Amino acid sequence: MILQGIAFYVFAALLVASGVMVISSRNPVHSVLYLILAFFQAAGLCLLMGAEFIAMILIIVYVGAVAVLFLFVVMMLDINFRELRQGALEVLPLGGLIGLILLAELAAVVGGWIVAPGVEKLAAAPTPAITSVTNTQALGQLMYTQYVYLFQACGIVLLIAMIGAIVLTLRHREGVRKQNIGDQLARRRDEVVAIRKVSSGEGV
Amino acid sequence: MSTPLIIEYLPILVFLLIGIALAVVMVGASYIISPKNPDAEKVSPYECGFEPFEDARTKFDVRFYLVSILFIIFDLEVAFLFPWAIALGDIGLFGFWSMMLFLGILTIGFIYEWKKGALEWE
Repeated sequence: MILQGIAFYVFAALLVASGVMVISSRNPVHSVLYLILAFFQAAGLCLLMGAEFIAMILIIVYVGAVAVLFLFVVMMLDINFRELRQGALEVLPLGGLIGLILLAELAAVVGGWIVAPGVEKLAAAPTPAITSVTNTQALGQLMYTQYVYLFQACGIVLLIAMIGAIVLTLRHREGVRKQNIGDQLARRRDEVVAIRKVSSGEGV
Repeated sequence: MSTPLIIEYLPILVFLLIGIALAVVMVGASYIISPKNPDAEKVSPYECGFEPFEDARTKFDVRFYLVSILFIIFDLEVAFLFPWAIALGDIGLFGFWSMMLFLGILTIGFIYEWKKGALEWE
């Protein structure tokens, strides 16, 4: 279908373009906004591949939560990015060298890849047709039973993330006065008000 | 290769194109039609008559970050619930209790953060 091809090229081109803008835009807040655009394009590509659940989760989790977290981090760092950027050209050769080394290592890893025997047969194994079992249902049928240990490990990773975030960032400020409605309602008149007779001309 | 799945998303593509076209027309038309006569004072940031003291970007409190990360974690928990809810008829009792254990683990974290007062904004 030609429309699918056009949509793929538009999504892919915009994804690459916004990825370049993420690393090259001057303002870090703009970088995060371009990152959100890149997430949307990636979700579109996932949809074209038929992975609709992944696409929707990409939008809900990454655009809805991770990008917001990135924005907070960018706002939290009090760095003058203009000053930081001035030395960027000087370290460019070093950065490029490190990038090349990483690329060479990746090439070495991928070049030494040995495909296990029998993989082709596994990959050609029939998956249920997308008309009979939807994407999300197929995931659900496998994730909670066949991959139960990995699923529970996910839960524990999330628990560690939660506790770690609280331990690292939670600070109770001293001397903060809060409203305690229970205390307010339990206050009685004779506990706090005293009536004194004051004769004229004298203090209490 | 035309799959029925992709056909279902065709209206969304149409909406997307209409939305982009509308945005381009609105922004572009106001860019072209409106009179523009900028000078240095007009385009400088305005702060109630005096020179701006500092950058508009100020440091955020770290507590925003805590709220955001706790939101992500429960967002992911809900994301795990969707396939479970759809496939619950197929995965049986084992799948049900597998999810209950997962929710139980996260409830430990939830009780911890509640008792720690991480959800309160003092």
